[in-house]
Amino acid sequence: MTPKLPPYAETLGLSVAPDDGGAPVLTMPFSDAVLGRPGFLHGGAISGLMEVAAIAALQHALPDENKSFGGRIKPINVTVDFMRGGRDKMTYARGVVTRLGNRVANVEATAWQDDPAKPIAAARMNYLIVRD
Amino acid sequence: MPANAFPFDPERFFRGRMAGHGGRVGIEYRTSGEDWAELALPYSHDLIGDPESGVLASGPILAMMDMATSVAVWSKLKLFVPHATLDLRVDYLRPATPGKTVIGRGECYRLTRSIAFVRGQAHDGDPDDPLAHVAGTFMAPDGYR
Repeated sequence: MTPKLPPYAETLGLSVAPDDGGAPVLTMPFSDAVLGRPGFLHGGAISGLMEVAAIAALQHALPDENKSFGGRIKPINVTVDFMRGGRDKMTYARGVVTRLGNRVANVEATAWQDDPAKPIAAARMNYLIVRD
Repeated sequence: MPANAFPFDPERFFRGRMAGHGGRVGIEYRTSGEDWAELALPYSHDLIGDPESGVLASGPILAMMDMATSVAVWSKLKLFVPHATLDLRVDYLRPATPGKTVIGRGECYRLTRSIAFVRGQAHDGDPDDPLAHVAGTFMAPDGYR
């Protein structure tokens, strides 16, 4: 299943494609819309990309567990570590659901450019899951 | 004064900065003081994270708070010094009300040679009813002083 992206994701210029295992990977091209100081990505855009990736990972995980999921995903918090400057090239992000509970999901997301093993940023999120 | 530093005037800084991500999401300068700064994020269709409810995505609020706390550091220094966000934590206390402008206030409560400690809150009209709380750190590679 490819998640539908909200208007904010379009503002960032994001696209989503499944990886080899079918999990969603988000891509964000370098553009003026995501620029911070000259030549580098804005931390807010990197964080926004990872938050969209985290929600996409959750949407991907939820129907597997419950085919009739029609609930809502509400962000509780996010902690972002910025590790490297984001350069003028394509940025990728992926979320990993580390625990999917009845009410709360723990998700980790990373953003990278050349090498997934060298992330430019990483984030840890808690989401509240409101099931219908 | 560290290398690459220059006197900081927030109004001038934002006038010349409408390009880039801040400009695209519509972040505006409001006011600032001794060790704090206030920015605004007007409601926009382009920032919606949940099309069903019209609630803003969390990303633009984080982006504004990153900038508000960053400007708070330069306000405290009265200097623009290049620095980078090390980490930022955001608690999303409640959803922003669709249609309302979100106001973000950042504060720098401790400054060391190379690290700035910041915190802040965001609200959509009533500062006593915040919608987000943030805490984070910045680092200046060449030092703040």
